[in-house]
Amino acid sequence: MPVIIVALLALVPQLSLDIPVLFNGPLDSPGTLGVLALCMVFAGVALSYDLLFGFTGLLSFGHALYFALGVYLMTIALTKWEWGLWQSFGIVAVAGILVPLLLGAISLRVGGIAFAMVTLAFAQAGEVLVHNNPWELTGGEEGLGLNFDPLPDFFVGVFNTKNLYWLALAYAAFVFLVVRFAVASSPGHVLQAIRENERRVEVIGLRPFGYKLIAFVLASFLATMGGVVWLLVLGTGATPTVTTASFTLTLLVMVVIGGAGTRYGALLGGFLYTLADQRLGSLSGSSTIQDLPAVLEKPLSEPLFILGTLFILLVFFVPGGLTGFGRRLRVLRRAAGFEGGAAPAREAP
Amino acid sequence: MSTFVLLTITGLGLGAMYFLIASGLSLIYGLMGVLNFAHGAFLTVGAYVTWWTSTHVGGGPGVKLLVGALAGLAVGALLAGLVELVLIRPLYRRHIEQVLVTVGLALALGALVQAIWGVDARAFPVPDWMIDTTTILGANIANDRFVEIAAAVLVFVGLTAFLRYTRFGLIIRAGVENRAMVTALGIDVRRAFTLVFALGGAVAALAGVLSGVYFGVVDPGRGTSLLIFAFIVVVIGGFGSIGGTAVAAVAVGLVQQYANYYTTGLGDLAVVLLLALVLLLKPEGLAPKVAH
Repeated sequence: MPVIIVALLALVPQLSLDIPVLFNGPLDSPGTLGVLALCMVFAGVALSYDLLFGFTGLLSFGHALYFALGVYLMTIALTKWEWGLWQSFGIVAVAGILVPLLLGAISLRVGGIAFAMVTLAFAQAGEVLVHNNPWELTGGEEGLGLNFDPLPDFFVGVFNTKNLYWLALAYAAFVFLVVRFAVASSPGHVLQAIRENERRVEVIGLRPFGYKLIAFVLASFLATMGGVVWLLVLGTGATPTVTTASFTLTLLVMVVIGGAGTRYGALLGGFLYTLADQRLGSLSGSSTIQDLPAVLEKPLSEPLFILGTLFILLVFFVPGGLTGFGRRLRVLRRAAGFEGGAAPAREAP
Repeated sequence: MSTFVLLTITGLGLGAMYFLIASGLSLIYGLMGVLNFAHGAFLTVGAYVTWWTSTHVGGGPGVKLLVGALAGLAVGALLAGLVELVLIRPLYRRHIEQVLVTVGLALALGALVQAIWGVDARAFPVPDWMIDTTTILGANIANDRFVEIAAAVLVFVGLTAFLRYTRFGLIIRAGVENRAMVTALGIDVRRAFTLVFALGGAVAALAGVLSGVYFGVVDPGRGTSLLIFAFIVVVIGGFGSIGGTAVAAVAVGLVQQYANYYTTGLGDLAVVLLLALVLLLKPEGLAPKVAH
């Protein structure tokens, strides 16, 4: 199943189909491929976040920090230190393991909600660090432009968007494989047991700390890689927006939209959210919204207002996200068909 | 010496604001297990209502500020109580969902404030005597710092008295200790939940008013930026203890000010470092609550 989906998605740049509402140009145009590549990147990053939140039950508010680590360290290595592509990638990969190992070991000393607060605090420190522009490395609020010279030709320029699309697709597929392997492995079973009941895992005689740290490092490493791919796909450079807490919240929204704790859900959530974000950005300035009376027009032209409200409605009315919704529909249909419309048993929250 | 005095009193003023936000957060978390991300939004709304009211009443800046602050506090309490009734209560005991809802609410309320009153900062009504300075040990200190510290001390004393000497306070303290037992005794804890939320909202709005006086302006991002430090204070203070929160707030405010001055603007990082240290040495916080 996953192989077929990836193969089909890999063929997209060869199709010159026109999908009128969703995309501006045909599928093989650089504009559309660029949007799709971004969607793929965030599908992967959302899945890396779901490994923490959905599968292990660790609510982190600092996932943006590791994404930003990939973005900034790669840009700094390529631009400020003028290293080669592989050298830069090497240092990012090492940092992508060591930094979450250190910070994870500290923040996992507390659990539950306190963990959420502590990860938020670390991410905040990252944001401050980037803003303070130490040794003129990060460019502060301006961000840092990317030096294209060390990059291979096939990743540069509008004509090569399809290569970037394939890179993004490969990244999403890689995250999918890693998460699938991790969840199916025996430490992965422990992770899901920790989500269900951490006390019981301790009683069995296992120490949850080590397992949680593994999940934290793995998820953060995947996010760091996502940052590198995002940087290449966007091709402009590092901006401070990727360090903010709202960026982590966006990841959370993606996972909740798709359905936490499901691989396809997180991928779908990341993909659809990014697509909507790219396409709806124009909606708030569109005439449909502008013509509304001021009471409606003002809030609706704030994307965050729509996002926040949608999020609350989602938590209340579609608790399992899109995948959970589909599952419940199937249960309902089965109940209606085979059991004379008996109400299905409610899933435990 | 005078610089040190100035830094100390400014740090205490900042700590006072952190305490006001964190005390509400800490009580709500201690009693209900809800991490309220919308708390910063209560602060922002309180500050904006104060500013808006002050532009619609006559009189000097002192009167404007007082009337505005009363309106801000009332709206803050009302909004928070309403949020508890409508959004938090239906998700009783589902903590992750409750956090998610407050996250959504924080985004939506912040954006709403921005939609109504714009992105630009608004000048706050500050009476002249608050801008004037008093000289202590050779340091010229703006009088508003003393107002902030006094307000925080009053709230601290008031909250402690409320928790210790009133029936509701007793229920809240017992609820923080063991909610199931309180319910088993036939007391409806849910009323205490709404009360604590409303109280937290009012205190957050007060923090909003004082932050308006401290910075001289209000802007839509104010709540969010203060909230993160309030979170740090709550963790260091050890959830659900007003005394611990007060000590932690003072420590964070002072560390931030000293580090900002002596290391050229690394105050925020120093605070995070302090948090990491506390977690390494004493992960349960300074004054942990006795039982979950």
